[in-house]
Amino acid sequence: MTTLADGEWHRLHPASPLLRGGLFIVAILGFIISNLRERLIDFFFHVPTYGDDPIDELFRRGAVGWALLGVVVILVVILVAFYLSWRMHTFRVSGEVVEVRSGLVFRSNRRARLDRIQGVNIVRPFIPRLFGAAKLEVSVAGQDANVHLAYLGSAAADALRRDILHLASGARAAAALPSDAAPDAAAEGEDWVEHAGTRAAGSALGPSLGSAIGTAAGGIAGGIGGFATDRAHEFFAPELDPDAAPPESVVRIPPGRLIGSVIFSGFTVFVLIAIAVLIWSVSAGGSGWLLIAIFPGLIGSLSFYVNRFTKSLRYSIAGTPDGVRVGFGLLSVSNETLPPGRIHAVRVSQPLIWRPFGWWQVRINTAGHSTNKGAAGEAHTTTLPVGTLADVARVLELILPGFDSDSGSENGREKLLVDHGVRSPGGDDGYTNAPRRAAWLRPFSWRRTGFTVAADTVLLRRGFVSRELTLVPLARLQSIAIEQGPIQRMLRLAKLRVHTVAGPVVATLPVIDVREGERLFERLSAGAISSARADTSHHWADPGHPLNRAMPDRPAQTLAPAAEAAL
Amino acid sequence: MPDTTEGFAAPVPPAPAPVAVSVSEPAPELAQTLDPAGRLELPVAGEWKRVSPRYVVVEIVGTVIFGLVLCAGATALWLLAEVSWAPIVLALIVVVTLVVVLFEPRRVRSIGYQLRQDDLLFRRGIMFQRFVSVPYGRMQLIDVTRGPVARWLGLADLKFVTAAASSGVLVPGLAFDDAEALRDRLIELAESRRAGL
Repeated sequence: MTTLADGEWHRLHPASPLLRGGLFIVAILGFIISNLRERLIDFFFHVPTYGDDPIDELFRRGAVGWALLGVVVILVVILVAFYLSWRMHTFRVSGEVVEVRSGLVFRSNRRARLDRIQGVNIVRPFIPRLFGAAKLEVSVAGQDANVHLAYLGSAAADALRRDILHLASGARAAAALPSDAAPDAAAEGEDWVEHAGTRAAGSALGPSLGSAIGTAAGGIAGGIGGFATDRAHEFFAPELDPDAAPPESVVRIPPGRLIGSVIFSGFTVFVLIAIAVLIWSVSAGGSGWLLIAIFPGLIGSLSFYVNRFTKSLRYSIAGTPDGVRVGFGLLSVSNETLPPGRIHAVRVSQPLIWRPFGWWQVRINTAGHSTNKGAAGEAHTTTLPVGTLADVARVLELILPGFDSDSGSENGREKLLVDHGVRSPGGDDGYTNAPRRAAWLRPFSWRRTGFTVAADTVLLRRGFVSRELTLVPLARLQSIAIEQGPIQRMLRLAKLRVHTVAGPVVATLPVIDVREGERLFERLSAGAISSARADTSHHWADPGHPLNRAMPDRPAQTLAPAAEAAL
Repeated sequence: MPDTTEGFAAPVPPAPAPVAVSVSEPAPELAQTLDPAGRLELPVAGEWKRVSPRYVVVEIVGTVIFGLVLCAGATALWLLAEVSWAPIVLALIVVVTLVVVLFEPRRVRSIGYQLRQDDLLFRRGIMFQRFVSVPYGRMQLIDVTRGPVARWLGLADLKFVTAAASSGVLVPGLAFDDAEALRDRLIELAESRRAGL
């Protein structure tokens, strides 16, 4: 446990205001430099300048002193504002809540209850990452309800996340979590917290200088050189700390496949159509306005490809003791930890264009929504942007404990069901499928449209052209609806909807035999209640509530008997 | 759950008009396809609680106002813009509104709810039927709202909100005292079966 999570108030990284307002400062600097371009050329290369500019005017009027005074006043105001904003921005992490106080004129105070945490996200945008700073975001359910800590020292952020998750897990009895990185992180955390006073003066002088002062306080030996080496080490360190997760639970995406998935996407089809239209219009002797309309967009699409690619590079999904960790990014790095039981629905899908390659995508619904964009600029709901079936099995095992990958175990049935769910064309394969008369409504996919219930999870299979399988843990299910319109009544069919929190995954079974549908409705409503009662994932590591079946070092938990009876 | 169907005595809808049936369907299938047994009916034991018959007035007022607004639009088209087909549209609107009003009592009678052991079961609709089951522990909040007409009739609407936006269980037309009592009862039930998200 580091000093940051001791329930006392702490301050953020001293350079936080600068990093938060960093873009603004850079913009001003850029403006000044571009305006003084000729002066700088003159200064360095002795090329005389021509014409008047504001500085000549200042010289002529003898107002250099006033101008310098103005600059100094502005600098002092900025420094004081930064200092006060840093000084007033405090946070604390206690056994129950994460709390942040900020603001000088408009005070704000925000608390998040630890047992309601939906995920903890650490983002390192490119510039703050150069300075060894990171942003920590605690997501809780609700719109714009997240708690932000921007910025913290990079290692301190990692340590604080570990502590928050540890406190939230309810495993307070077993506080001695073996961790190699924790002591170092604690040391760094203490370093800047304790020296806050000494650093206060230099707080706005820029992170490198501020840290340099800190280092100097500890011993001049290191100095700026040591700081630079540290930053370089951090920058080139692997995205996923090898100690953080057992390597067998890590799923990665090879760059080749990533490029393929970006190229073979719906967007490419769109671009190709645009190009075809363009060629047709030019060859048909069009007036050229179409060229003007479409061509810039085509050039812009190139940057889309590059962007998606760099943002998804170094993608990794791993199981850690406190949940699934999803990390990605080449320059700006982001990684999110989702504690167990925070995933409300999962969809495994395959667009038609990916079928020859055997690639699949996994998306999830969660109650908390990070404000930062996820990989590939999508929301944080894409857990696996592209992967093979083996990857899918491993990801499912991580995000839905109980869907183990090794088919020899007692969970072999679930693994088989997932396999059938995504690949089987239909038939007698463990799923209850729609009857033949459903072909009136679903001419292609009726064979595959079906459901099954396994390991406290309902699996809904659908889609023929683009195949998809939706999994909803019964303990997370919010409500169930069954519907029937006049045409479905004539065909003795019904439609079943499983309601989960909002997200990209919509769990519906468009057609099912009406009697089967009624039975499934009753079964799910009973199963949802018993699963919710047996669910303890709000304190997932509470002693006496062994959960988290995903972790290899913890014993696999058998189904709650009540839930099994209900199903 | 016992497999008895009772409580809700839904009038059997008129036999659906025969439609084109697949040639690949065998003959017995065809007979069954046109069987009214295709109706969705949950085998639930309890008694369906009904909303107040006065709620029909609220629905009719709403429908008539909507119909009048449409009629005004059509009339404006007819008289001001002198569109020749506007009278046909006008007649159509009047007929549709009348039909909807005629079926209103039947639609209101189809709304029902049950407080089961661990969940609330809700149903509505005749042509388009819908059953929803919401476990008590999933309720996030309960809204009681009253529109102007409903207030005049002493009615209130009760809405259950879960973490899923699509749950959308709205029990309309409860007597105001009943709505408050039901709200308190549901909150009590939700408290005793509290679950996380």
